[in-house]
Amino acid sequence: MAISAESFAYLSKMIYENSAIVVGAGKEYLVESRLRPLVAQNKFSSIEDYVRQLKATPFSTLHKEVIEAMTTNETSFFRDIHPFEAIKEHVLPEMIKSRASTRQLNIWSGACSSGQEPYSLAIMIREHFPMLSNWKINIIATDLSEDVLNIARKGCYRPLDINRGLPAALMVKYFEKQGVEWQVKREIRGMVDFRQMNLSGHWPSLPSMDIVLMRNVLIYFDQETKRGILGKIRRVLKPDGPLFLGSAETTFNLDDSFKRVVMGKAAAYRAST
Amino acid sequence: MRALIIDDSRAIRMILGKTLRGIGFEVFEAGNGCEALERLQEIGRADLALVDWNMPEMNGYDFVCSVRSKAEHADMRVMMVTTEAEITQMIKALEAGANEYIIKPFSKEAVVEKIQILGLIP
Ligand SMILES: C[S@@+](CC[C@H](N)C(=O)[O-])C[C@H]1O[C@@H](n2cnc3c(N)ncnc32)[C@H](O)[C@@H]1O
Repeated sequence: MAISAESFAYLSKMIYENSAIVVGAGKEYLVESRLRPLVAQNKFSSIEDYVRQLKATPFSTLHKEVIEAMTTNETSFFRDIHPFEAIKEHVLPEMIKSRASTRQLNIWSGACSSGQEPYSLAIMIREHFPMLSNWKINIIATDLSEDVLNIARKGCYRPLDINRGLPAALMVKYFEKQGVEWQVKREIRGMVDFRQMNLSGHWPSLPSMDIVLMRNVLIYFDQETKRGILGKIRRVLKPDGPLFLGSAETTFNLDDSFKRVVMGKAAAYRAST
Repeated sequence: MRALIIDDSRAIRMILGKTLRGIGFEVFEAGNGCEALERLQEIGRADLALVDWNMPEMNGYDFVCSVRSKAEHADMRVMMVTTEAEITQMIKALEAGANEYIIKPFSKEAVVEKIQILGLIP
């Protein structure tokens, strides 16, 4: 059931306006394969039938489902390891000194998907920084998709996901079995505050951040959106706070007030003033 | 680098072998713990052993205990790759000297990431 050019154009625009995700020409196959399960689930006879209904109704869960279906939620624990090493070896030791008077750290995982990224941070802090146990550590984790946030809040992972990037020693220490799934222990879940947030929409008020991870999400956006998001990150990030991007992402040529700083095998960005 | 894959399923040995060759390992195979000890004798040493738990003759847990009781393979990294998914079982294997653990079913990415965790590839 190939999609008509008109429907594709409508979907592409609707998705862009509500998530900034760019679904350009040539991605028809992607839209078709991601929407096919929804067509059946919502009992439409075809994608065309579905699109007709979307067009006829104001923005609703029906539209939201389409957008969520177009997000790519691929992630793993300690993904690309180097940023986590950098936080462990460079960032936190420095902040333990510089924040000694307030004893508070705000960390933001923007686009956290099903939670592996913020939980990796929480586990790392528990495991390696006992001196932070009496600090106020706020890990705020946001994503556009309610579907992935529901998984994240439960912190339950299938074997296929739990195998990804998580050292066995941490797995047995910080997880509990729930049937065949693995659930992050309550003490770690309690360290992370999951919230729904659209990076391309109006930003809710966020505390001033000590560390921001905005990894593997800018790649889905166009230059203008990336630039806008980086500008807003600059406003929530403290002057000495590092921003970590995905390994294929950069601020270069987008926002040159960010300067690249090398930390071990990772690169971070700091807003120069 | 050399990897020894120890599993009684030929299909699993093939899947793991393909992944390991893809990241530069020379691959050897064994169908159970006994065969694995023989294979190690023949080839002298290996950098990595991927070990199933339930196998005939000598199971993976006994293999781990056996290689860890001798000094000659002390630097060989051992990873269990098994359907045994109880936390107590995992702890038992780690305490016996296994360095990592993968639960079946697994993806190719998971195998590569775990070998990175073991420090064998960048
Ligand atoms: C590939 S995942 C990245 C997960 C994690 N940061 C990592 O690096 O492993 C991308 C995530 O971005 C989210 N996303 C896409 N568009 C978004 C938007 N406009 N606002 C917030 N999150 C968005 C998706 O829902 C998805 O979970």
